[in-house]
Amino acid sequence: MYSKMLSLRFPKKIVDEPIAVNLVKKFDLSFNIHKAVIYPRKEGLMVLELSGHRKNFQKGVHYLKSIGVKVESIGQDIRRNEKKCLQCGACTAVCPTGALHIKRPEMEVVFDNERCSACEWCVSACPARAMEVSFNKVLLE
Amino acid sequence: MAKKTFSRTIDEINRKIKQGTVVVVTANEMTDIVKKKGAEKAAREIDVVTTGTFSPMCSSGAFINFGHTKPGIKASQVWLNDVPAYAGIAAVDIYIGATEPSEDDPLNRVHPGQFKYGGGHVIQDLVAGKKVELKATGYGTDCYPNREVRKKVTIEDLPYAVLLNPRNSYQNYNCAINLTSKTIYTYMGVLKPNGGNANYATSGQLSPLFNDPYYLTIGLGTRIFLGGAKGHVIGPGTQHNPHAPRGKNGVPLSGAGTLMVMGNLKEMDPRWVVGVSILGYGCSLAMGLGVPIPILNADMARYTGVSDEEIYTRIIDYGNDYPQGEAKSLGQVSYGELKSGLIRFNGQEIPTVPISSYIRALEIATTLKEWIEKGEFLLTHPQEMLPTVPPPERA
Ligand code: SF4
Ligand code: SF4
Repeated sequence: MYSKMLSLRFPKKIVDEPIAVNLVKKFDLSFNIHKAVIYPRKEGLMVLELSGHRKNFQKGVHYLKSIGVKVESIGQDIRRNEKKCLQCGACTAVCPTGALHIKRPEMEVVFDNERCSACEWCVSACPARAMEVSFNKVLLE
Repeated sequence: MAKKTFSRTIDEINRKIKQGTVVVVTANEMTDIVKKKGAEKAAREIDVVTTGTFSPMCSSGAFINFGHTKPGIKASQVWLNDVPAYAGIAAVDIYIGATEPSEDDPLNRVHPGQFKYGGGHVIQDLVAGKKVELKATGYGTDCYPNREVRKKVTIEDLPYAVLLNPRNSYQNYNCAINLTSKTIYTYMGVLKPNGGNANYATSGQLSPLFNDPYYLTIGLGTRIFLGGAKGHVIGPGTQHNPHAPRGKNGVPLSGAGTLMVMGNLKEMDPRWVVGVSILGYGCSLAMGLGVPIPILNADMARYTGVSDEEIYTRIIDYGNDYPQGEAKSLGQVSYGELKSGLIRFNGQEIPTVPISSYIRALEIATTLKEWIEKGEFLLTHPQEMLPTVPPPERA
Protein backbone atom coordinates (compact mmCIF):
# COMPACT_ATOMS: atom_id res chain seq x y z
CA MET A 1 0.00 0.00 0.00
CA TYR A 2 1.36 3.35 -1.08
CA SER A 3 -0.18 6.66 -0.28
CA LYS A 4 0.73 10.27 -0.99
CA MET A 5 -0.86 13.66 -0.69
CA LEU A 6 -0.95 15.36 -4.08
CA SER A 7 -1.99 18.69 -5.41
CA LEU A 8 -3.47 18.65 -8.91
CA ARG A 9 -3.78 21.75 -11.03
CA PHE A 10 -5.57 21.48 -14.29
CA PRO A 11 -6.54 23.80 -17.13
CA LYS A 12 -10.17 24.51 -18.03
CA LYS A 13 -10.25 22.17 -21.00
CA ILE A 14 -9.95 19.05 -18.90
CA VAL A 15 -12.07 20.02 -15.96
CA ASP A 16 -14.86 17.96 -17.46
CA GLU A 17 -12.76 14.79 -17.71
CA PRO A 18 -13.96 12.05 -15.31
CA ILE A 19 -10.53 12.02 -13.67
CA ALA A 20 -11.67 10.53 -10.39
CA VAL A 21 -13.59 7.74 -12.05
CA ASN A 22 -10.61 6.87 -14.21
CA LEU A 23 -8.25 6.74 -11.24
CA VAL A 24 -10.52 4.29 -9.50
CA LYS A 25 -11.59 2.16 -12.45
CA LYS A 26 -8.49 2.09 -14.63
CA PHE A 27 -5.81 2.15 -11.96
CA ASP A 28 -7.50 0.61 -8.94
CA LEU A 29 -6.57 3.59 -6.77
CA SER A 30 -8.54 5.08 -3.95
CA PHE A 31 -8.46 8.68 -2.86
CA ASN A 32 -9.62 11.08 -0.27
CA ILE A 33 -10.29 14.61 -1.47
CA HIS A 34 -9.22 17.29 0.97
CA LYS A 35 -9.93 20.30 -1.18
CA ALA A 36 -11.41 20.94 -4.61
CA VAL A 37 -11.92 24.30 -6.21
CA ILE A 38 -12.83 24.71 -9.82
CA TYR A 39 -13.08 28.27 -11.01
CA PRO A 40 -14.99 28.81 -14.25
CA ARG A 41 -12.52 29.79 -16.99
CA LYS A 42 -9.64 29.49 -14.53
CA GLU A 43 -7.51 26.54 -13.59
CA GLY A 44 -8.87 24.03 -11.12
CA LEU A 45 -7.12 22.88 -7.98
CA MET A 46 -7.64 19.65 -6.15
CA VAL A 47 -5.76 18.34 -3.11
CA LEU A 48 -6.15 14.64 -2.53
CA GLU A 49 -4.52 11.70 -0.88
CA LEU A 50 -4.03 9.00 -3.48
CA SER A 51 -3.52 5.42 -2.35
CA GLY A 52 -2.98 2.03 -3.93
CA HIS A 53 -0.24 -0.30 -5.09
CA ARG A 54 2.95 1.59 -5.83
CA LYS A 55 2.91 0.53 -9.51
CA ASN A 56 -0.71 1.62 -9.97
CA PHE A 57 0.05 4.85 -8.18
CA GLN A 58 2.83 5.60 -10.65
CA LYS A 59 0.60 4.71 -13.62
CA GLY A 60 -2.15 6.90 -12.24
CA VAL A 61 0.17 9.87 -11.83
CA HIS A 62 1.49 9.25 -15.35
CA TYR A 63 -2.08 9.30 -16.67
CA LEU A 64 -2.81 12.59 -14.91
CA LYS A 65 0.29 14.19 -16.36
CA SER A 66 -0.51 12.84 -19.84
CA ILE A 67 -3.82 14.67 -19.91
CA GLY A 68 -2.17 17.92 -18.89
CA VAL A 69 -2.64 17.95 -15.13
CA LYS A 70 0.18 19.47 -13.13
CA VAL A 71 0.92 17.03 -10.30
CA GLU A 72 2.92 17.98 -7.23
CA SER A 73 3.40 16.04 -4.05
CA ILE A 74 2.81 18.01 -0.91
CA GLY A 75 5.64 18.29 1.50
CA GLN A 76 5.35 15.81 4.32
CA ASP A 77 6.57 16.12 7.80
CA ILE A 78 7.73 13.20 9.92
CA ARG A 79 7.37 13.48 13.63
CA ARG A 80 7.95 11.12 16.48
CA ASN A 81 5.16 10.43 18.92
CA GLU A 82 7.24 10.60 22.08
CA LYS A 83 4.57 8.87 24.12
CA LYS A 84 4.65 5.85 21.84
CA CYS A 85 8.42 5.67 21.31
CA LEU A 86 9.97 2.78 23.21
CA GLN A 87 13.51 4.14 22.94
CA CYS A 88 14.62 0.84 21.43
CA GLY A 89 16.72 1.93 18.47
CA ALA A 90 15.33 -0.44 15.81
CA CYS A 91 14.63 2.54 13.51
CA THR A 92 18.32 3.42 13.31
CA ALA A 93 18.78 0.37 11.07
CA VAL A 94 16.83 1.98 8.24
CA CYS A 95 17.25 5.74 8.65
CA PRO A 96 19.49 6.77 5.75
CA THR A 97 20.29 10.29 6.98
CA GLY A 98 21.10 9.68 10.62
CA ALA A 99 18.08 11.78 11.67
CA LEU A 100 17.34 8.86 13.97
CA HIS A 101 20.51 8.05 15.85
CA ILE A 102 21.78 6.95 19.22
CA LYS A 103 23.37 9.35 21.65
CA ARG A 104 26.14 7.64 23.56
CA PRO A 105 26.93 6.75 26.26
CA GLU A 106 23.34 7.34 27.45
CA MET A 107 21.99 5.12 24.62
CA GLU A 108 19.16 7.59 24.07
CA VAL A 109 17.47 7.32 20.66
CA VAL A 110 17.36 10.87 19.29
CA PHE A 111 15.19 12.15 16.44
CA ASP A 112 16.69 15.18 14.74
CA ASN A 113 13.96 16.61 12.53
CA GLU A 114 16.46 18.83 10.69
CA ARG A 115 18.24 15.84 9.20
CA CYS A 116 15.05 14.02 8.18
CA SER A 117 14.44 13.58 4.45
CA ALA A 118 10.87 12.33 4.94
CA CYS A 119 11.71 9.06 3.19
CA GLU A 120 9.29 7.33 5.60
CA TRP A 121 11.39 4.17 5.97
CA CYS A 122 11.19 4.42 9.72
CA VAL A 123 7.38 4.57 9.67
CA SER A 124 6.82 0.85 9.20
CA ALA A 125 10.18 -0.26 10.62
CA CYS A 126 9.30 1.17 14.04
CA PRO A 127 7.76 -1.65 16.09
CA ALA A 128 5.72 0.80 18.16
CA ARG A 129 4.59 2.79 15.08
CA ALA A 130 5.82 5.92 16.80
CA MET A 131 7.00 7.67 13.62
CA GLU A 132 4.04 9.54 12.17
CA VAL A 133 3.53 11.31 8.87
CA SER A 134 1.76 14.62 8.90
CA PHE A 135 1.10 16.73 5.85
CA ASN A 136 2.22 20.22 5.29
CA LYS A 137 -1.12 21.90 5.62
CA VAL A 138 -0.30 25.16 3.79
CA LEU A 139 -1.98 24.10 0.55
CA LEU A 140 -5.08 22.96 2.37
CA GLU A 141 -6.01 26.33 3.79
CA MET B 1 43.32 -20.62 55.90
CA ALA B 2 39.53 -20.90 55.75
CA LYS B 3 38.85 -17.24 56.46
CA LYS B 4 35.17 -16.85 57.30
CA THR B 5 33.55 -15.39 54.22
CA PHE B 6 30.68 -13.01 54.40
CA SER B 7 27.09 -14.10 53.89
CA ARG B 8 23.58 -12.75 54.49
CA THR B 9 20.07 -14.15 54.16
CA ILE B 10 16.94 -12.95 52.39
CA ASP B 11 15.27 -12.58 55.82
CA GLU B 12 18.05 -10.23 56.94
CA ILE B 13 17.57 -8.18 53.77
CA ASN B 14 13.80 -7.98 54.31
CA ARG B 15 14.36 -6.82 57.90
CA LYS B 16 16.56 -4.02 56.58
CA ILE B 17 13.94 -3.13 53.95
CA LYS B 18 11.32 -2.79 56.71
CA GLN B 19 13.71 -0.72 58.86
CA GLY B 20 14.54 1.49 55.90
CA THR B 21 18.26 0.71 56.10
CA VAL B 22 18.61 -1.52 53.06
CA VAL B 23 21.32 -0.62 50.53
CA VAL B 24 20.17 -1.11 46.94
CA VAL B 25 22.04 -0.29 43.74
CA THR B 26 21.34 -0.91 40.06
CA ALA B 27 23.40 -3.48 38.16
CA ASN B 28 25.10 -0.53 36.43
CA GLU B 29 26.21 0.98 39.74
CA MET B 30 27.26 -2.44 41.03
CA THR B 31 29.65 -2.88 38.12
CA ASP B 32 31.58 0.21 39.21
CA ILE B 33 31.42 -0.68 42.91
CA VAL B 34 32.83 -4.18 42.39
CA LYS B 35 35.53 -2.81 40.09
CA LYS B 36 36.61 -0.27 42.73
CA LYS B 37 36.18 -2.22 45.96
CA GLY B 38 36.31 -5.87 45.00
CA ALA B 39 33.55 -8.47 45.40
CA GLU B 40 34.11 -9.20 49.11
CA LYS B 41 33.85 -5.57 50.22
CA ALA B 42 30.97 -4.88 47.79
CA ALA B 43 29.05 -7.85 49.25
CA ARG B 44 29.37 -6.40 52.76
CA GLU B 45 28.10 -2.98 51.65
CA ILE B 46 25.34 -3.82 49.16
CA ASP B 47 22.21 -5.81 50.03
CA VAL B 48 20.36 -5.90 46.71
CA VAL B 49 21.19 -5.27 43.05
CA THR B 50 18.34 -4.41 40.69
CA THR B 51 18.23 -5.34 37.01
CA GLY B 52 15.93 -4.56 34.09
CA THR B 53 15.09 -5.33 30.49
CA PHE B 54 12.57 -3.87 28.04
CA SER B 55 12.20 -5.67 24.75
CA PRO B 56 9.76 -7.46 22.47
CA MET B 57 9.13 -10.85 24.11
CA CYS B 58 7.03 -12.99 21.78
CA SER B 59 6.29 -15.78 24.20
CA SER B 60 3.78 -13.75 26.19
CA GLY B 61 0.04 -13.74 26.67
CA ALA B 62 -2.81 -13.43 29.12
CA PHE B 63 -5.35 -15.74 30.71
CA ILE B 64 -8.75 -14.09 30.85
CA ASN B 65 -12.06 -15.14 32.28
CA PHE B 66 -14.73 -12.94 30.76
CA GLY B 67 -17.52 -13.90 33.11
CA HIS B 68 -20.74 -15.84 32.55
CA THR B 69 -23.31 -14.25 30.31
CA LYS B 70 -27.11 -14.48 30.45
CA PRO B 71 -28.02 -16.93 29.01
CA GLY B 72 -24.72 -18.74 29.49
CA ILE B 73 -22.31 -19.71 26.70
CA LYS B 74 -19.68 -22.40 26.41
CA ALA B 75 -17.41 -20.40 24.14
CA SER B 76 -15.59 -22.46 21.56
CA GLN B 77 -14.19 -19.57 19.55
CA VAL B 78 -13.38 -16.15 20.92
CA TRP B 79 -12.04 -12.94 19.37
CA LEU B 80 -10.86 -9.78 21.09
CA ASN B 81 -10.88 -6.82 18.66
CA ASP B 82 -10.93 -9.45 15.89
CA VAL B 83 -7.81 -11.16 17.23
CA PRO B 84 -8.51 -14.86 17.88
CA ALA B 85 -7.91 -16.08 21.44
CA TYR B 86 -7.48 -19.71 22.46
CA ALA B 87 -10.82 -20.92 23.80
CA GLY B 88 -10.11 -24.62 24.26
CA ILE B 89 -10.40 -24.30 28.04
CA ALA B 90 -13.38 -23.86 30.38
CA ALA B 91 -16.59 -22.17 29.20
CA VAL B 92 -15.53 -18.54 29.52
CA ASP B 93 -11.76 -18.92 30.01
CA ILE B 94 -9.41 -17.88 27.20
CA TYR B 95 -5.72 -17.29 26.51
CA ILE B 96 -4.76 -14.42 24.24
CA GLY B 97 -1.28 -14.83 22.79
CA ALA B 98 0.93 -11.84 21.98
CA THR B 99 1.82 -12.86 18.43
CA GLU B 100 -1.69 -13.70 17.19
CA PRO B 101 -2.52 -11.31 14.33
CA SER B 102 -5.99 -9.91 13.59
CA GLU B 103 -8.10 -12.43 11.77
CA ASP B 104 -8.15 -10.41 8.54
CA ASP B 105 -4.49 -9.38 8.65
CA PRO B 106 -2.91 -9.62 5.18
CA LEU B 107 0.16 -11.18 6.88
CA ASN B 108 3.12 -11.37 4.51
CA ARG B 109 1.05 -11.51 1.31
CA VAL B 110 2.55 -8.14 0.42
CA HIS B 111 6.02 -8.59 1.81
CA PRO B 112 7.14 -7.20 4.22
CA GLY B 113 3.82 -7.33 6.07
CA GLN B 114 2.87 -4.57 8.50
CA PHE B 115 1.13 -6.65 11.20
CA LYS B 116 -0.63 -3.58 12.51
CA TYR B 117 -2.70 -5.15 15.27
CA GLY B 118 -2.45 -8.38 17.21
CA GLY B 119 -2.64 -10.04 20.59
CA GLY B 120 0.07 -7.82 22.06
CA HIS B 121 -1.94 -4.75 21.11
CA VAL B 122 -5.11 -6.24 22.64
CA ILE B 123 -3.23 -6.81 25.90
CA GLN B 124 -1.87 -3.25 25.87
CA ASP B 125 -5.33 -1.82 25.12
CA LEU B 126 -6.78 -3.76 28.05
CA VAL B 127 -4.03 -2.58 30.38
CA ALA B 128 -4.62 0.99 29.18
CA GLY B 129 -8.28 0.68 30.21
CA LYS B 130 -9.59 0.87 26.63
CA LYS B 131 -12.77 -0.82 25.48
CA VAL B 132 -12.17 -4.07 23.63
CA GLU B 133 -14.78 -5.82 21.50
CA LEU B 134 -15.32 -9.40 22.63
CA LYS B 135 -17.00 -11.88 20.35
CA ALA B 136 -17.62 -15.49 21.37
CA THR B 137 -19.38 -18.30 19.57
CA GLY B 138 -20.43 -21.66 20.98
CA TYR B 139 -22.30 -24.73 19.79
CA GLY B 140 -24.85 -24.63 22.60
CA THR B 141 -25.31 -27.15 25.40
CA ASP B 142 -28.14 -27.90 27.81
CA CYS B 143 -26.36 -25.94 30.52
CA TYR B 144 -24.94 -23.21 28.23
CA PRO B 145 -27.46 -22.68 25.41
CA ASN B 146 -26.14 -19.34 24.09
CA ARG B 147 -24.45 -19.54 20.69
CA GLU B 148 -23.09 -16.06 20.25
CA VAL B 149 -22.04 -13.23 22.52
CA ARG B 150 -20.80 -9.79 21.51
CA LYS B 151 -19.93 -7.14 24.01
CA LYS B 152 -17.50 -4.34 24.67
CA VAL B 153 -15.38 -4.96 27.72
CA THR B 154 -12.73 -3.09 29.64
CA ILE B 155 -10.28 -4.75 31.99
CA GLU B 156 -12.53 -3.59 34.86
CA ASP B 157 -15.37 -5.74 33.52
CA LEU B 158 -13.23 -8.87 33.38
CA PRO B 159 -13.48 -10.99 36.53
CA TYR B 160 -9.92 -12.28 35.95
CA ALA B 161 -7.02 -11.12 33.77
CA VAL B 162 -3.54 -12.46 34.44
CA LEU B 163 -0.45 -12.10 32.31
CA LEU B 164 1.33 -15.43 31.98
CA ASN B 165 4.36 -15.34 29.75
CA PRO B 166 5.82 -18.77 28.98
CA ARG B 167 9.23 -17.40 28.03
CA ASN B 168 10.62 -13.99 28.91
CA SER B 169 13.96 -12.46 29.73
CA TYR B 170 16.25 -14.62 27.61
CA GLN B 171 19.63 -14.70 29.32
CA ASN B 172 21.55 -13.84 26.15
CA TYR B 173 20.67 -13.32 22.51
CA ASN B 174 22.29 -13.55 19.09
CA CYS B 175 23.79 -10.63 17.27
CA ALA B 176 22.09 -10.80 13.85
CA ILE B 177 23.59 -9.89 10.49
CA ASN B 178 22.54 -10.62 6.91
CA LEU B 179 25.15 -11.85 4.45
CA THR B 180 22.79 -12.20 1.48
CA SER B 181 22.46 -9.50 -1.17
CA LYS B 182 18.86 -8.55 -0.24
CA THR B 183 17.34 -6.72 2.73
CA ILE B 184 15.58 -9.13 5.08
CA TYR B 185 12.89 -8.52 7.70
CA THR B 186 13.34 -10.61 10.83
CA TYR B 187 12.28 -10.73 14.45
CA MET B 188 15.66 -9.10 15.04
CA GLY B 189 14.56 -6.12 12.94
CA VAL B 190 15.50 -4.99 9.45
CA LEU B 191 18.83 -6.40 8.27
CA LYS B 192 20.42 -4.72 5.29
CA PRO B 193 22.33 -6.81 2.72
CA ASN B 194 26.01 -7.67 2.82
CA GLY B 195 26.34 -7.17 6.56
CA GLY B 196 24.95 -3.61 6.41
CA ASN B 197 23.99 -3.60 10.09
CA ALA B 198 24.30 -5.85 13.13
CA ASN B 199 21.24 -5.99 15.40
CA TYR B 200 21.34 -7.10 19.01
CA ALA B 201 18.95 -7.48 21.95
CA THR B 202 19.16 -7.58 25.79
CA SER B 203 20.30 -4.75 28.00
CA GLY B 204 23.75 -6.28 28.63
CA GLN B 205 25.06 -5.73 32.15
CA LEU B 206 21.59 -4.54 33.24
CA SER B 207 19.84 -7.67 32.00
CA PRO B 208 18.42 -9.90 34.78
CA LEU B 209 20.00 -13.27 34.03
CA PHE B 210 23.45 -11.87 33.19
CA ASN B 211 23.60 -10.88 36.85
CA ASP B 212 22.82 -14.32 38.22
CA PRO B 213 24.23 -16.54 35.50
CA TYR B 214 23.69 -19.83 37.42
CA TYR B 215 20.24 -18.85 38.75
CA LEU B 216 21.44 -19.16 42.35
CA THR B 217 18.85 -16.71 43.69
CA ILE B 218 16.02 -16.95 41.12
CA GLY B 219 13.28 -19.58 41.02
CA LEU B 220 9.59 -20.30 41.43
CA GLY B 221 8.20 -17.56 43.63
CA THR B 222 10.83 -14.88 43.05
CA ARG B 223 9.00 -11.54 43.16
CA ILE B 224 9.90 -9.28 40.26
CA PHE B 225 8.97 -6.07 38.42
CA LEU B 226 6.61 -7.16 35.66
CA GLY B 227 4.87 -4.72 33.35
CA GLY B 228 5.05 -1.91 35.90
CA ALA B 229 3.60 -4.00 38.73
CA LYS B 230 4.78 -6.77 41.02
CA GLY B 231 4.82 -10.19 39.44
CA HIS B 232 6.52 -13.51 40.00
CA VAL B 233 8.81 -15.98 38.34
CA ILE B 234 6.88 -19.24 38.20
CA GLY B 235 9.53 -21.50 36.73
CA PRO B 236 11.96 -21.98 33.89
CA GLY B 237 10.71 -20.55 30.61
CA THR B 238 10.31 -22.64 27.47
CA GLN B 239 13.69 -23.38 25.86
CA HIS B 240 15.46 -22.80 29.22
CA ASN B 241 18.82 -24.46 28.71
CA PRO B 242 21.45 -24.12 31.41
CA HIS B 243 23.89 -26.27 29.41
CA ALA B 244 24.80 -23.58 26.87
CA PRO B 245 28.54 -22.92 26.59
CA ARG B 246 29.74 -20.35 29.13
CA GLY B 247 32.68 -18.01 29.46
CA LYS B 248 35.11 -18.17 32.41
CA ASN B 249 32.87 -15.78 34.37
CA GLY B 250 29.96 -18.21 34.03
CA VAL B 251 28.06 -15.99 31.60
CA PRO B 252 26.54 -18.00 28.71
CA LEU B 253 27.75 -17.18 25.23
CA SER B 254 24.31 -17.83 23.71
CA GLY B 255 20.60 -18.09 24.70
CA ALA B 256 20.66 -20.34 27.84
CA GLY B 257 18.30 -19.43 30.69
CA THR B 258 14.76 -18.09 30.37
CA LEU B 259 11.94 -17.27 32.81
CA MET B 260 8.26 -18.11 32.92
CA VAL B 261 6.56 -15.19 34.63
CA MET B 262 3.11 -14.25 35.85
CA GLY B 263 1.43 -11.14 37.19
CA ASN B 264 -1.93 -9.46 37.62
CA LEU B 265 -2.72 -7.63 34.37
CA LYS B 266 -5.08 -5.31 36.23
CA GLU B 267 -2.18 -3.78 38.17
CA MET B 268 0.07 -3.21 35.16
CA ASP B 269 0.98 -0.03 33.31
CA PRO B 270 0.68 0.34 29.50
CA ARG B 271 4.12 2.00 29.49
CA TRP B 272 5.63 -1.41 30.25
CA VAL B 273 3.25 -3.69 28.32
CA VAL B 274 3.34 -2.50 24.72
CA GLY B 275 1.94 -4.16 21.59
CA VAL B 276 4.46 -4.05 18.75
CA SER B 277 4.40 -4.70 14.99
CA ILE B 278 7.60 -6.19 13.67
CA LEU B 279 7.84 -5.44 9.94
CA GLY B 280 7.71 -8.61 7.85
CA TYR B 281 7.68 -10.80 10.96
CA GLY B 282 4.56 -10.37 13.05
CA CYS B 283 2.92 -8.96 16.13
CA SER B 284 4.47 -9.17 19.55
CA LEU B 285 4.53 -7.61 22.98
CA ALA B 286 7.31 -5.48 24.42
CA MET B 287 7.60 -6.31 28.11
CA GLY B 288 9.34 -4.49 30.90
CA LEU B 289 10.80 -6.89 33.46
CA GLY B 290 13.23 -6.46 36.34
CA VAL B 291 14.61 -8.92 38.87
CA PRO B 292 16.11 -7.99 42.25
CA ILE B 293 19.24 -9.99 43.03
CA PRO B 294 19.95 -10.47 46.76
CA ILE B 295 23.67 -10.20 47.49
CA LEU B 296 23.90 -13.28 49.69
CA ASN B 297 27.68 -13.54 49.49
CA ALA B 298 30.77 -12.41 47.60
CA ASP B 299 29.95 -14.72 44.69
CA MET B 300 26.69 -12.89 44.06
CA ALA B 301 28.54 -9.56 44.29
CA ARG B 302 31.02 -10.79 41.71
CA TYR B 303 28.25 -12.04 39.39
CA THR B 304 26.28 -8.80 39.61
CA GLY B 305 29.48 -6.82 39.07
CA VAL B 306 29.77 -8.14 35.51
CA SER B 307 30.34 -5.46 32.85
CA ASP B 308 29.31 -5.17 29.21
CA GLU B 309 32.93 -5.80 28.22
CA GLU B 310 32.80 -9.24 29.88
CA ILE B 311 29.55 -10.40 28.30
CA TYR B 312 29.80 -11.95 24.84
CA THR B 313 27.38 -13.10 22.20
CA ARG B 314 27.65 -14.84 18.84
CA ILE B 315 27.29 -13.21 15.44
CA ILE B 316 24.77 -15.21 13.40
CA ASP B 317 23.87 -14.86 9.71
CA TYR B 318 20.08 -14.50 9.56
CA GLY B 319 20.24 -14.38 5.76
CA ASN B 320 21.59 -17.85 5.02
CA ASP B 321 22.33 -19.96 8.11
CA TYR B 322 19.58 -19.16 10.62
CA PRO B 323 16.58 -19.77 8.33
CA GLN B 324 18.04 -23.19 7.45
CA GLY B 325 18.17 -24.05 11.15
CA GLU B 326 21.94 -24.06 10.95
CA ALA B 327 22.87 -21.02 12.97
CA LYS B 328 26.60 -21.07 13.45
CA SER B 329 28.77 -18.57 15.22
CA LEU B 330 30.65 -16.34 12.80
CA GLY B 331 32.48 -14.69 15.67
CA GLN B 332 32.06 -13.32 19.16
CA VAL B 333 31.42 -9.73 20.19
CA SER B 334 31.06 -8.17 23.61
CA TYR B 335 28.14 -5.99 24.61
CA GLY B 336 30.73 -3.27 25.18
CA GLU B 337 31.56 -3.37 21.47
CA LEU B 338 27.90 -3.66 20.45
CA LYS B 339 26.98 -0.62 22.53
CA SER B 340 29.84 1.41 21.06
CA GLY B 341 27.91 1.59 17.77
CA LEU B 342 30.37 -0.25 15.53
CA ILE B 343 31.74 -3.77 15.44
CA ARG B 344 34.50 -5.18 13.27
CA PHE B 345 33.54 -8.22 11.27
CA ASN B 346 35.71 -9.81 8.57
CA GLY B 347 37.75 -6.62 8.34
CA GLN B 348 34.57 -4.59 7.75
CA GLU B 349 33.10 -2.03 10.15
CA ILE B 350 29.41 -2.70 10.77
CA PRO B 351 27.06 -0.26 12.52
CA THR B 352 25.14 -1.86 15.37
CA VAL B 353 21.43 -1.48 16.08
CA PRO B 354 19.82 -2.25 19.44
CA ILE B 355 16.29 -3.63 19.47
CA SER B 356 15.95 -3.62 23.28
CA SER B 357 15.80 -0.29 25.05
CA TYR B 358 18.78 0.34 27.29
CA ILE B 359 17.39 3.60 28.66
CA ARG B 360 14.08 2.01 29.60
CA ALA B 361 15.85 -1.02 31.11
CA LEU B 362 17.72 1.39 33.37
CA GLU B 363 14.42 3.06 34.26
CA ILE B 364 13.09 -0.34 35.39
CA ALA B 365 16.16 -1.12 37.49
CA THR B 366 15.93 2.34 39.05
CA THR B 367 12.20 2.01 39.74
CA LEU B 368 12.68 -1.37 41.37
CA LYS B 369 15.47 0.10 43.47
CA GLU B 370 13.13 2.87 44.66
CA TRP B 371 10.35 0.41 45.50
CA ILE B 372 12.73 -1.60 47.66
CA GLU B 373 14.22 1.48 49.35
CA LYS B 374 10.74 2.78 50.16
CA GLY B 375 9.80 -0.54 51.72
CA GLU B 376 7.13 -1.24 49.10
CA PHE B 377 8.77 -4.35 47.73
CA LEU B 378 10.06 -7.25 49.82
CA LEU B 379 12.22 -10.04 48.42
CA THR B 380 10.87 -13.59 48.42
CA HIS B 381 12.42 -17.01 48.97
CA PRO B 382 12.19 -19.03 45.77
CA GLN B 383 10.42 -22.32 46.53
CA GLU B 384 11.97 -24.26 43.67
CA MET B 385 15.15 -23.31 41.85
CA LEU B 386 15.54 -23.24 38.05
CA PRO B 387 17.42 -26.13 36.43
CA THR B 388 21.09 -25.17 36.35
CA VAL B 389 24.63 -26.49 36.10
CA PRO B 390 27.07 -26.31 39.00
CA PRO B 391 29.24 -23.18 38.97
CA PRO B 392 32.93 -24.04 38.64
CA GLU B 393 34.77 -24.25 42.01
CA ARG B 394 36.69 -21.06 42.65
CA ALA B 395 40.33 -21.40 43.55
S1 SF4 C 1 12.05 2.17 16.44
FE1 SF4 C 1 10.29 3.43 17.05
S2 SF4 C 1 10.07 2.98 19.23
FE2 SF4 C 1 12.11 2.30 18.67
S3 SF4 C 1 13.41 4.09 19.09
FE3 SF4 C 1 12.83 4.21 16.93
S4 SF4 C 1 11.01 5.53 16.95
FE4 SF4 C 1 11.30 4.85 19.06
S1 SF4 D 1 11.68 9.61 7.37
FE1 SF4 D 1 13.61 8.73 6.61
S2 SF4 D 1 15.14 10.29 7.10
FE2 SF4 D 1 13.32 10.83 8.30
S3 SF4 D 1 13.69 9.83 10.29
FE3 SF4 D 1 12.48 8.40 9.04
S4 SF4 D 1 14.02 7.06 8.08
FE4 SF4 D 1 15.11 8.89 8.83
